[in-house]
Amino acid sequence: MTSHSISDSADMAASRSRADALASFKTGDTIFQWMTYLAAACVLLVLGGIIVSLFFGAWPAISTFGLDFLTTQRWAPNARPQAVLGGLGPIYGTLVTSVIALIIAAPVGLGIAVFLTELCPQWLRRPIGVAVELLAGIPSIIYGIWGFFVLGPWLADTIEPAIANAFEGVPILGALFDGPASNLSIFNASLVLAIMILPFVTAIARDVFSTVPPVLKEAAYGLGCTRWEVVRHVVLPFTRVGVIGGIMLALGRALGETMAVTFVIGNSFRISGSIFAPGTTISAAIASEFAESRDLHQSALILLGLLLFVLTFFVLAAARLMLMRLERKQGA
Amino acid sequence: MNPLYARRRRKSAIAMMLCVGATVFGLTWLVLILATLFWNGLAGFTLDVFTQMTPPPNAQDGGLLNAIVGSLILTGLGIAVGAPIGVLAGTFMAEYGRYSKLTSIIRFINDILLSAPSIIIGLFVYGAVVVPMGGFSGLAGAIALAVIALPVVVRTTEDMLLLVPIQLREAAAALGMPRSYVIKRVTWQAARTGLVTGLLLAVARISGETAPLLFTALSNQFWSVDLLKTMANLPVTINNFINNPDPNWKRLAWSGALIITMAVLALNILARSLSARSQSK
Repeated sequence: MTSHSISDSADMAASRSRADALASFKTGDTIFQWMTYLAAACVLLVLGGIIVSLFFGAWPAISTFGLDFLTTQRWAPNARPQAVLGGLGPIYGTLVTSVIALIIAAPVGLGIAVFLTELCPQWLRRPIGVAVELLAGIPSIIYGIWGFFVLGPWLADTIEPAIANAFEGVPILGALFDGPASNLSIFNASLVLAIMILPFVTAIARDVFSTVPPVLKEAAYGLGCTRWEVVRHVVLPFTRVGVIGGIMLALGRALGETMAVTFVIGNSFRISGSIFAPGTTISAAIASEFAESRDLHQSALILLGLLLFVLTFFVLAAARLMLMRLERKQGA
Repeated sequence: MNPLYARRRRKSAIAMMLCVGATVFGLTWLVLILATLFWNGLAGFTLDVFTQMTPPPNAQDGGLLNAIVGSLILTGLGIAVGAPIGVLAGTFMAEYGRYSKLTSIIRFINDILLSAPSIIIGLFVYGAVVVPMGGFSGLAGAIALAVIALPVVVRTTEDMLLLVPIQLREAAAALGMPRSYVIKRVTWQAARTGLVTGLLLAVARISGETAPLLFTALSNQFWSVDLLKTMANLPVTINNFINNPDPNWKRLAWSGALIITMAVLALNILARSLSARSQSK
């Protein structure tokens, strides 16, 4: 009888502690799930925060200048009675440097990717791939000072005069390469940008090239295609969307790159037809003027930042959608 | 060989030569940049760089101690804030919300934040932290770095957790483990190396960032560990010193550039060798 009651109460105790344990598991589970949920919401909050804070910061400039901001070239924060601030110069500089950088980096990056996937002996693939990716790891300020001290003087002394001479008198191109060579120029900034985005183009192109089913390439080789024909007519058409997505991703990087450009572009708000002349980009303007700016001047810089964010947002979104389409195609 | 085939072969050979040329071109820049960095950085490299404060103008000695310590604090704090949120968010995306619509939206937004210009993050933190707090501070700089680190960690965490075989989770769940236990004790354990790789990549990414610190942490010339005041840090110090005519400052800036690049490259290589080892297993 006694023994029975003891085991009874032991059973009850056991079942109670079991219930307690289950309950604590359950609360622990719920808390953990909510923590992950909130953390995930943080990502959305950051995006929302960026948009809201930029918009509020830019509002004084938006209400003062309106759409004229996009078409005015003059940038005179100290003008009387009121500052005259137009974003045309930096916007132009941002677009031109990025496009030139892309014109240089896209073919070179694709070339490296073709080399890595089609030509390179197996044992060299990893080292060269890593080396190219290390280029992406170098902090952008290092590119900036390198462009300032090494690339700029070299371009100004040798390359730019040579190009200018070669195209002198040629319509359009002559004007494009006109003017005195300068250490700080749009051309220098574009070249530094091109070197910086090269690894992005290469990495993505290499990844999408390796998604081509070997049997497609083998079939083409079997028909007697040369290596170039396989790349041109099998690999590239199959990966077209992914390659374009990768290039746009690199474009998004180039548009927003700051420190590398700030060092070498010369920070001039005047638009010059020549790419050998100094200019500025949105990010360079913000980096060099923001800390000392006040009131409307600061608001105008934030407005530039907002424009940059919207621009990169759409470029990057388009890039991601393209890459996602490629992934889906693979999954199907 | 018929002439048509010879022409095709020639065309192919030229194209492939161009590809080799492109590779040489790309690697040349890496070599050139590293060579410049070593040449200028080692020229004035002494042990003082690690033991002395940044000097006033026209001094002959001095080092980067305060800037190095400041950078370590900012980076450490940035990771300490960004990494846990990132790991949890990645966990949500790979575990609880794997098939939900929200996850694909977050993934899309996260990928955009991953490549968003870092100066924009600086502007955001300036508006959200610096202005309300009434001044530049190390804390604001650390928050800016955390915002930059977050998407990197989210991305790698999700990718790594998705690689963990579903059978592991099922086996753990069949033993009666609650879901949070399964995630913490089984899934995270299985993906451990990958998660560490993600953290290393995030550290590498933020330790060289300059633009977002320009108007959040600012920088200064002194020993500064107070998070509520401006904080010395390497990237901004390099930025301020390199263009200065003072040869001593310029020398220190090059040394700083060498330190930061070596640190970032070492982190990158470490992360890559870690992930390579876990893949070969």
